Amino acid sequence: MASTDPVVRILSHDGALAPTPPAEPYVDRVAALDEQALLGLLTDMVRTRAVDVEAANLQRQGHLALWAPSYGQEAAQIGSGRATRPQDAIFPAYREHGVALVRGVDPLDLVRMMRGLTHSGWDPAEHGGFRQYTLVIGSQTLHATGYAMGAQFDKATATGDPERDEAVLVYFGDGATAQGDTNEALVFASSYNTPQVFFLQNNHWAISVPVERQSRTPLYRRAAGFGMPGVQVDGNDVLAVLAVTGALLDDARAGRGPALIEALTYRVGAHTTADDPTRYRTAEELATWTERDPILRLRRHLEGRGVGRELFEGVDAEAADLAADLRRRVLTLQDPPVSLMFAHVYQEAHPLVAAEQAWQAEYEASYGEQA
Amino acid sequence: MTTTSMPLAKALNAGLRRAMEDDPKVLLMGEDIGRLGGVFRITDGLLATFGEDRVLDTPLAESGIVGTAIGLALRGYRPVCEIQFDGFIWPGFDQITSQLAKLTNRLEGRQSFPVVIRVPYGGHIGSIEHHSESPETYFAHTPGLRVVTPSTPNDGYWMIQQAISSPDPVIFFEPKSRYWPKGEVDLDQPAVPLHASRVVRTGTDATLIGYGPMVSVLLAAAENAAAEGRSLEVVDLRSLSPVDWEPVVASVEKTGRAVVAHEAPGFLGMGAEIAAGITERAFYSLEAPVLRVTGYDVPYPPAKLEKLYLPDADRVLDAVDRALAY
Ligand SMILES: Cc1ncc(C[n+]2csc(CCOP(=O)(O)OP(=O)(O)O)c2C)c(N)n1
Ligand SMILES: [Mg+2]
Repeated sequence: MASTDPVVRILSHDGALAPTPPAEPYVDRVAALDEQALLGLLTDMVRTRAVDVEAANLQRQGHLALWAPSYGQEAAQIGSGRATRPQDAIFPAYREHGVALVRGVDPLDLVRMMRGLTHSGWDPAEHGGFRQYTLVIGSQTLHATGYAMGAQFDKATATGDPERDEAVLVYFGDGATAQGDTNEALVFASSYNTPQVFFLQNNHWAISVPVERQSRTPLYRRAAGFGMPGVQVDGNDVLAVLAVTGALLDDARAGRGPALIEALTYRVGAHTTADDPTRYRTAEELATWTERDPILRLRRHLEGRGVGRELFEGVDAEAADLAADLRRRVLTLQDPPVSLMFAHVYQEAHPLVAAEQAWQAEYEASYGEQA
Repeated sequence: MTTTSMPLAKALNAGLRRAMEDDPKVLLMGEDIGRLGGVFRITDGLLATFGEDRVLDTPLAESGIVGTAIGLALRGYRPVCEIQFDGFIWPGFDQITSQLAKLTNRLEGRQSFPVVIRVPYGGHIGSIEHHSESPETYFAHTPGLRVVTPSTPNDGYWMIQQAISSPDPVIFFEPKSRYWPKGEVDLDQPAVPLHASRVVRTGTDATLIGYGPMVSVLLAAAENAAAEGRSLEVVDLRSLSPVDWEPVVASVEKTGRAVVAHEAPGFLGMGAEIAAGITERAFYSLEAPVLRVTGYDVPYPPAKLEKLYLPDADRVLDAVDRALAY
């Protein structure tokens, strides 16, 4: 990534408060955060990592079909997730476990999906507007844009009351920027001036394909071509992400239109537990990024402010409990009933599905008799 | 005849390698097919041998992959596109059906579009949504596309080469549940042409018809039935468009009964076409209606339910019982 790009960073790699010039317009939004608030962000990140590591272990031990690790992307996810207001809707891709947690999704629900028990696992209406995961790359960007268009038509945004005005946040990856859907979403958003923030987590890889194959220009710059602001932020700096996302979401809810954030981060883990990253990337690259660990950075900052060891140990212990609890509950999960397969194909009865369900039940019953 | 034992995944790799050696215009394109060798490793090692101009790790865009393959074909290339999983072909569907399938016709035959689209398909892998689908009907329904699917390593090795040398677009469905079991591959010559269907087990009481991942299920069903003194014939269609009717009809004329099976939902699926085709061609030989054993007409279920969704040997034999009861 060209070093001349104006990345917004507030905490330097060693945790010192050292805003870059492009961070100036945003620093005020986080300047007032006290140690308690910063510890809250740290706790969110540590919890996210604990759940992620536990889920990856569960997969390796055969308890999950698949897991897409969020390891290394905690600041990008927690900073942006915590920048939303309760009325905002969030459209994730499939790796935003940190955002899910801060919007109240039970980690067990994330894992139920990846265990192959359900296609989604939680009710967005009950989880802070955190929509279901979308596995087809780029699709959700259009859904988010349509939802944001609806918020305008409903006059649920840009009324001048930031406590009520809605904004929409949509997540996607560097790979997704190549898809038609993503580009069409940017066109529609711009055309309808939607109250929306496009949050691009550039974790530098789309499975084995480096971001350079998707784009020869830094991705935030594409925003200009679509007619919206684009901001590049250090995605491993939770304060910078929080500040920029909060500012642009508030712009969106105030009627100032959509924006694109490119958060520079790194997928430290494998793409999924089915992937072997040693086939395509170097140990040196990985080492560079683990040194920029987002949790470590905030922790160093807090240490610099005199926060004592016991507080960190408390955060770690609480996260370890969360992970242990997840493991315990995963091992008690029951397989779904076969009726789940037929129950929700349509909202109204469909004779073919009904007939097949009846046939299946009869068949299973007769099989039981023979056995 | 020299034969070597290898799994389908390796046979496809060897077939691609040989096609690339034979014709410098053959090139591969797809997501993660180069450095990674594909998520199923079908293209493993080909980047190292043939270089970046012939093994393209493309940007993440299926419409882009198929659309640019069409452009490459216009200049005389023979692109072989990999779609990473069955459920991710849809962003490329417009380019496949509105363009690739129709261009030869639009140009009144003045130009060929020898593009192969490889699609790992089907279930049995315990994966999450969009990774286990069987979308073959959409393509077989589209005039202008040839659609084939190997069920064995030997067919994989030869059919991929035959597909690449076809002057027409070929949608090449690879049964991912069959990627890893080994089988004998004859490296000297193909057993049959690309579009031939084939009797893979002989029998007299009923004919089981399937393709791709279902063939091994049908063979297991026939084996179980034999233990109970019932003789079932199994036909591997191999080609879904065109269908090679002759072996199918000859078999049904002999047995008088047919059961057709696939993982895809039944409604308007390949089974419907096969049943209609048999009825039209061998009506007076039939002792029973042609029965279908298929996936249910529901979205592919969460992995923990796939065993109940997918037709297995027992469901096939249940249909055989019903056919024999007529
Ligand atoms: C339409 C589509 N094509 C292919 C895939 C297979 N696939 C899953 S994730 C992925 C890479 C995505 O990269 P990126 O957008 O950068 O997100 P990341 O995984 O890095 O979070 C691919 C190719 C898919 N899910 N959807
Ligand atoms: Mg990525």
